[in-house]
Amino acid sequence: MHNKTMAELSAGLKAGEFSSEELTRSYLERIENLDGDINSYITVTPELALQQAREADKRIAAGNADALTGVPLAHKDIFCTDGVRTSSGSKMLDNFIAPYDATVVSRFKQAGVVTLGKTNMDEFAMGSSNETSFYGAVKNPWNTDTVPGGSSGGSAAAVAARLAPAATGTDTGGSIRQPAALVGITGLKPTYGRVSRYGMIAFASSLDQAGPMTRSAEDAALMMNVMAGFDQRDSTSLQREVPDYTADLDKDLKGLKIGLPKEYFGEGLDAGVAKAVEAAIEEYKKLGAEVVEISLPNTGLSVPTYYVVAPAECSSNLSRFDGVRFGYRCEDPVDLEDLYKRSRGEGFGDEVKRRILVGTYALSAGYYDAYYLKAQKLRRLISDDFNQAFEKVDVIMGPTSPTTAFNIGERSDDPVSMYLSDIYTIAANLAGLPGMSVPAGFANGMPVGLQIIGNYFDEGRLLNVAHQFQQATDWHQRAPVAYA
Amino acid sequence: MEWETVIGLEIHAQLATSSKIFSGASTAYGAEPNTQACAVDLGLPGVLPVLNKEAVSMAVKFGTAVDAEIGRRSVFARKNYFYPDLPKGYQISQFELPIVGKGHVEIELEDGVSKTVGVTRAHLEEDAGKSLHEDFHGMTGIDLNRAGTPLLEIVSEPDMRSAKEAVAYMKKIHSLVTYLGICDGNMQEGSFRCDANVSVRLKGEEEFGTRAELKNINSFRFVERAINYEVERQIDVIESGGKIVQETRLYDADKDETRSMRGKEEANDYRYFPDPDLLPVEIEDSFIEATRAALPELPDQKKQRYISDFGLSSYDAGVLTASRDLASYFEQVVDLSGADAKQCANWVQGELSAALNKDGMEITDSPVSAEMLAGMMKRIADNTISGKIAKQVFQAMWAGEGDADTVIEAKGLKQITDSGAIEKLIDEILANNANQVEQYKSGNEKVFGFFVGQVMKASQGKANPQQVNELLKQKLSS
Repeated sequence: MHNKTMAELSAGLKAGEFSSEELTRSYLERIENLDGDINSYITVTPELALQQAREADKRIAAGNADALTGVPLAHKDIFCTDGVRTSSGSKMLDNFIAPYDATVVSRFKQAGVVTLGKTNMDEFAMGSSNETSFYGAVKNPWNTDTVPGGSSGGSAAAVAARLAPAATGTDTGGSIRQPAALVGITGLKPTYGRVSRYGMIAFASSLDQAGPMTRSAEDAALMMNVMAGFDQRDSTSLQREVPDYTADLDKDLKGLKIGLPKEYFGEGLDAGVAKAVEAAIEEYKKLGAEVVEISLPNTGLSVPTYYVVAPAECSSNLSRFDGVRFGYRCEDPVDLEDLYKRSRGEGFGDEVKRRILVGTYALSAGYYDAYYLKAQKLRRLISDDFNQAFEKVDVIMGPTSPTTAFNIGERSDDPVSMYLSDIYTIAANLAGLPGMSVPAGFANGMPVGLQIIGNYFDEGRLLNVAHQFQQATDWHQRAPVAYA
Repeated sequence: MEWETVIGLEIHAQLATSSKIFSGASTAYGAEPNTQACAVDLGLPGVLPVLNKEAVSMAVKFGTAVDAEIGRRSVFARKNYFYPDLPKGYQISQFELPIVGKGHVEIELEDGVSKTVGVTRAHLEEDAGKSLHEDFHGMTGIDLNRAGTPLLEIVSEPDMRSAKEAVAYMKKIHSLVTYLGICDGNMQEGSFRCDANVSVRLKGEEEFGTRAELKNINSFRFVERAINYEVERQIDVIESGGKIVQETRLYDADKDETRSMRGKEEANDYRYFPDPDLLPVEIEDSFIEATRAALPELPDQKKQRYISDFGLSSYDAGVLTASRDLASYFEQVVDLSGADAKQCANWVQGELSAALNKDGMEITDSPVSAEMLAGMMKRIADNTISGKIAKQVFQAMWAGEGDADTVIEAKGLKQITDSGAIEKLIDEILANNANQVEQYKSGNEKVFGFFVGQVMKASQGKANPQQVNELLKQKLSS
């Protein structure tokens, strides 16, 4: 059962081949038996899961099931889940039981989807390797000496190791796509504003976006049908009709114009990764697509721009963690200042502190214009690059990550080399565009992801382009041996 | 040396929306601590603000009322600082692009001189909660009921030159926001409060002096006293060779002094930046025009009407229109009584205001309703009672003894208008005062007043004074 996609599980449930309770139990058992090595979950919620599974079974029996009713799912521990600890991977929120559901969580509940638990992540989603989690590093199921990527590393590893059929993730600079690439699964970061951010613990508000992490593009489409849409509690969510994302999956790709930015194939790109991506492009040509070389001249500005905007917003977003109302509070504070300093000093990890410091600096009087304001201007330049490109092409393709999964500990003392692992993914966040990572082969024995970036609200096309590739290849069906 | 005072005010008017500026929680005053704070107000992880449209509409009302430019595109910004009653660690406010830009108001001083005071800007922001230091045994309690209450911060130009001007400006803004119905104006509950920026300079000097900011003043009286104290303090410091430090000072009403709050808010860098959780607010011209067209009659217009329609003096019209409640009370008295407006004005500003002041009441709490006062005015107009007796009637009504007719009946205060009865009284008085009659007849007309007094006294004040006058003249000249 654990090798089935959500679409297959849904069909099985409706055909009565197994019940949601049986399915849920089998996943809970796998988590129990196998997650010790991977550490993909922070909190498993067996009681909640089984109760939801039984309700789903009733719904299926009564004939009013939705597409995903009864199918299990794991949520990144960044989504507030009513009555369940929601830690955001931080000691700061180790004691925080969320008193409400994030909109994403609540939509899946209404759709009858079963919550298996909350997945591990980099602390407050700040990291590209899942090593900054208070709950320990997550291991890549393909090679447990390597990282699964981050920040949605727990979600990625859980899906790759078949410890959940799919999971939710969030992507601020690549946090869905990069780990999806490193563990060989499918991940989609939607257009900014397509999915509600309400109840998703904020890292960088103007960049954060939730999306699906699945084993196929079809599953991602099914999840998007539940997740996407306007939410009156999120002023940045867009009032725009939600299409049926499965509708165009089967369209052929004849005449599809693919842009290959030359900046995405330059220095720093691992040769094996480049080879796999090039092979994937060849496959697309066979499917009828045309390939055009394009230029995104401001690509080199993405990482520095991002590392001003994201820390600036996070320095403000994380101010609420002050030891006063919820979360970690230091022992016996002598006064208010001591309470603040020690609660935050002891509650946050190093990477979070580093970014708060950088962001506070960037927003300070006298530096604001030189950093934050400048970064906002560069952001517009980066968006303009894409706008011009999309006048010529339908989608943009390239590698998701410059390398395959690196070893645990390899980059943790070198923040800049860590930051560069998001070099190809960050621009889509800065521009607010949808981006996807699709399994596209292997290099050095580890999975390689192909990134597909689309125009605003073109998730339907991205899913179609990914699905057609997955009809022609089986990279997305490969499983790490120990978890197959 | 002659010193000149320079004052600018930042007024915080709490907007009278029923829910908070970024959440659906109630803004009602006085609930149990933390019962009116929802997840958004508590700043829980993951929550997001959603702007209250009503607050925007109220801010635009204010802007049009002070003839200001309305920001077609205004932006909410985060003001970052740590404080226990500030749940998110930042306050959502407006910084570079406020909703209301430059405008102005006219103020009138007691000597009748009027002056224009510039409004620099007015912006929307959320209020913080309250820290409670009592009853927690050395600890601090936090009440977040007020957190997220919408405020309009109205910033003036440094146009005022005396504490009295500052008070007149504050009263003017108070009257505007209450007329517009966008603020209840309740100063005890903190719905309307101000910070005053005060500096002094030598008369004729171009440059402003270094200013001190006096925080959180919540009454007209305190504004005047705080500024006066501060001006004297600054002059003393400078004249004794010292320098004014730019700082925040707190006015202590009990000691009638300001003192430094330094240390607490030392060198704050608020790191303002546009709030990425909120979209810029775009306001269309049609909305501004519709708001302008729907403005109620404002104090200045009402004052003009009182002068032209009722023949009131500029001063009287100003006093009566300063508060919407007072003006509406006055107009009700005029309407219901059909009496002379000037006479009604005299009663409202005289007897009624004195009684309110004495008992420390607002017009809305008056035990003598507009209907009751109008009933009394009718009895003056139809000669049932004289103006003098009316004072007795008013006091009885104030004391809760019923309406004018009830009081007149119960106390037998009805005016004597029966000529026969009055003549009888006059005859008695003249008979008993032959000496004075003699004096009058020999040309001492001053004695006339004596006779009037005696007759009125004999009638216990109830005789119609005009009739007494006429009949006395007849009798004495016969």
